[in-house]
Amino acid sequence: MTGSFIEAPVAGATDPVLEIRDLSVALPPWADRPLAVKSLSLTVGRGETLCVVGESGSGKSVMARSILRILPEPQLRIASGQILLDGEDLAQAEARRMRQIRGGQIAMVFQEPMVSLNPLMTVGRQIDEILEVHTDWRKAERRRRVIATFDDVRLPDPKSIVDAYPHELSGGQRQRVMIAMSLVLEPKLIVADEPTTALDVTTEAQVLTLLKDLQTKHGTALMFITHNFGVVAEIADRVAVMRFGELVEYGTVGEVLNRPQHPYTKALIDAVPSLVPRKRPVPAADLPAEPILTVRGLEKTFGRPSVGLPWLTRLLPLMGQGRRAAVKAVNKVDLDIRRGSAVALVGESGSGKSTLARCLIGLEQADAGSALVGGNEIVGMSRSAWRPLRSRVQMVFQDPFASLNPRTRVGDIIARGAILQGQSPDAAMAQAQQLLELVGLEAKAADRYPHEFSGGQRQRIGIARALAVKPDILIADEPVSALDVSVQKQVLDLLDDLRRQFGLTMLFITHDLRVAAHVCEEIVVLKSGAIVERGMTADIFANPQHEYTRTLLSSVPGRNWQLTGRRDQPQTIT
Amino acid sequence: MRGMRLVRFILTRLLQAIPVVLGVVVLNFLLLQLAPGDAATVLAGEAGGAPPEYVEQLRARFGLDKPVLVQLGLYLKNIVLLDLGFSFRNNAPVLELILGRLWPTLLLMGATLVISVGGGVILGVVAALGVRTWRDHLISIAAVIAYATPLFWIGLMLILVFSIRLNWFPTSGMEDVVAFHEGWARVVDIAHHLVLPTITLSLFYLALYTRLMRATVLEQRGAEYATTARAKGLTERAITLRHVLRNALLPVVTMAGVQVGALLGGSVVVETVFAWPGLGQLAYQSLFARDFNLLLGIFFLSACLVVIVNIIVDVIYVLLDPRIRVGGQS
Repeated sequence: MTGSFIEAPVAGATDPVLEIRDLSVALPPWADRPLAVKSLSLTVGRGETLCVVGESGSGKSVMARSILRILPEPQLRIASGQILLDGEDLAQAEARRMRQIRGGQIAMVFQEPMVSLNPLMTVGRQIDEILEVHTDWRKAERRRRVIATFDDVRLPDPKSIVDAYPHELSGGQRQRVMIAMSLVLEPKLIVADEPTTALDVTTEAQVLTLLKDLQTKHGTALMFITHNFGVVAEIADRVAVMRFGELVEYGTVGEVLNRPQHPYTKALIDAVPSLVPRKRPVPAADLPAEPILTVRGLEKTFGRPSVGLPWLTRLLPLMGQGRRAAVKAVNKVDLDIRRGSAVALVGESGSGKSTLARCLIGLEQADAGSALVGGNEIVGMSRSAWRPLRSRVQMVFQDPFASLNPRTRVGDIIARGAILQGQSPDAAMAQAQQLLELVGLEAKAADRYPHEFSGGQRQRIGIARALAVKPDILIADEPVSALDVSVQKQVLDLLDDLRRQFGLTMLFITHDLRVAAHVCEEIVVLKSGAIVERGMTADIFANPQHEYTRTLLSSVPGRNWQLTGRRDQPQTIT
Repeated sequence: MRGMRLVRFILTRLLQAIPVVLGVVVLNFLLLQLAPGDAATVLAGEAGGAPPEYVEQLRARFGLDKPVLVQLGLYLKNIVLLDLGFSFRNNAPVLELILGRLWPTLLLMGATLVISVGGGVILGVVAALGVRTWRDHLISIAAVIAYATPLFWIGLMLILVFSIRLNWFPTSGMEDVVAFHEGWARVVDIAHHLVLPTITLSLFYLALYTRLMRATVLEQRGAEYATTARAKGLTERAITLRHVLRNALLPVVTMAGVQVGALLGGSVVVETVFAWPGLGQLAYQSLFARDFNLLLGIFFLSACLVVIVNIIVDVIYVLLDPRIRVGGQS
């Protein structure tokens, strides 16, 4: 299936299961454009994978939902066009017929498995419902089928997992449940809307392999919505690129990834951070040897046993049952960061990377160990003692929407730190305006409020805010993970420029190895609160020593495409 | 396993409730000391005046001449032994008085809870399912009006319209004392008397739950899991009944727990308006008679009631929502 597509001359599939013709979806009158999807035509062939790629607002999810007619009507509605499933027009089908199609002939996998599953119902029952609606099987028979499907998606111990609630499963397991849900009746087509975006990179690799395997096994057609070109390189047969509700490029995966025609596609592909580690801007010898940040044996534990009323606990043993097991979020971490270097702290969710950063900036108090910032011991330091140090360490936060006060003008947000450090308000405001220009916004943006800016612009404001107090160390906690690919690249380049211009030391926290490779020369890999590997990015990428680092590296979707520059071999994920 | 943990949870909560209730008792005791006058002055005043020696004598008899802390200590000791003292005013033990008034109040509270929670849930769902139709508008407008109208006014208007003008329901009391109904006839009679006070007491919360339920059902219908259910091919009816309803009930249950506390306060007004022989009315009377023993007893019982209801609400919550873990780790 994957061998012949490179030379396939036609964009459309030869044996289509699904054929979308001239589909337009209308937005409500108050939206910024009249149509979410504009005369779009696509086909998905039997047993093939079509990846639909686009940034936020491209209309890709709306298109996917209109196939099943689960748009939030009447705000969003199909305005015109046909959606042909084996020749039957779903756009005109009756509600009754649509219910037969949903789950039976076309199934859908959603992005966030936690919110896509009913939290109050066992996962087995949630799949059982599909069988109940679409078949006349008995209860025992349905249960057997659910367990068999769980086995199919390689969920551990399917017999007990059927009776588990969604919160009792991990993110990856929940997404396997969603996939099992889509597969249980072997539909003709599965529509998957960003099914791996919310998952960790190693889990993502597993889920992608699983989807691909199951697709081959059952011969199901797959429409895979994503923003990630790595994923496209990994699983697509053909690719459709969407922008502003329109199709801008459509072709086989080889054509689109290696010879993109449309300038937008080219820009998108160029914006994907390279997996090839960059060269150090300053030769290593030129860096001062003395570290600006020294961490020794740092520890932070969450959820310690409750300390209240120990005598009562002894008296009445059952009172003590409420205590939680302690979680070591940061476990004996040693770290040296030299002045002017850029270090990436890489790890999956729950690895303790954010907690470590929050301890270093004083948002969390470490339990044990030592951390020296420019020679000042910060572990155990009081809040008032921290205050003069605040100007030395600053942080750029992950979520550009939640981290700026919506009721405060941008200028005040940026100037406030400098004023607290003793600058006069006028000087601080003038500096804020300069900083806004420095990060690529206009000086008059200072008079506006955060909601008037896009996500990327807000992250620039966040960076300007951090720079306002002239810090030595900039800690960036996943600063680009909430941004679209093209914006991501701009923000990363900005951080890199500023760092050189001001001689900043940067601690860059990320889950994305590509991003790490793009901005940092050094890399530290964290797992379960402990450092498993550290060194120069180039060395680690070329020759990872630790098993976990190897797994992380091999899980990056589309790495072969990027490293070899081509994707003309079928991919395997280890 | 889960059942075991639930039992342990309830026992723990009951143990934790003891200091809470005792704290309430101490606080109430000290607060009542701030009120001017005591039972002795009131008794003397009602007798048309009395020499100071007689008042002192009364005080000594009631134990009111001792220092406040000693009085408090004695009271706490008695509470622990479940001895709530004696009401000199009514010439009967406090516990006996309270227990006699407890069940009418519980009856009124129970009926009110059923009407307000049950009615609110049903009306809220009906309004949400027909959002922006005439049904929704009608329910929402009625809810806003009921929400904004004061309790005592509703009570008086109901009496005026349904009792005096239409003569459908009795104006006051819990039963027809001269008719000497027995058995089933008595039940019907009490139910007949119950209608107006229940409506008065439940209208506000009925409106509150209707609005809350309408909002949560709308929110939950837009949730991703509802979209998933739609994508599975379920009918709208099945989505609402099986998925949305249970999720939407959670905030209502929380609110109902809060309501029980407020119900006791509301019942003072309603029991007075309808001459309902319950705890609220007793509290009202004992306050004016400076019958602090009785008042403290009522407060104590109310505190116990609220604590117990809160535990019940928590248990319902645990049963409704599997995400809530009781008794720590699984």
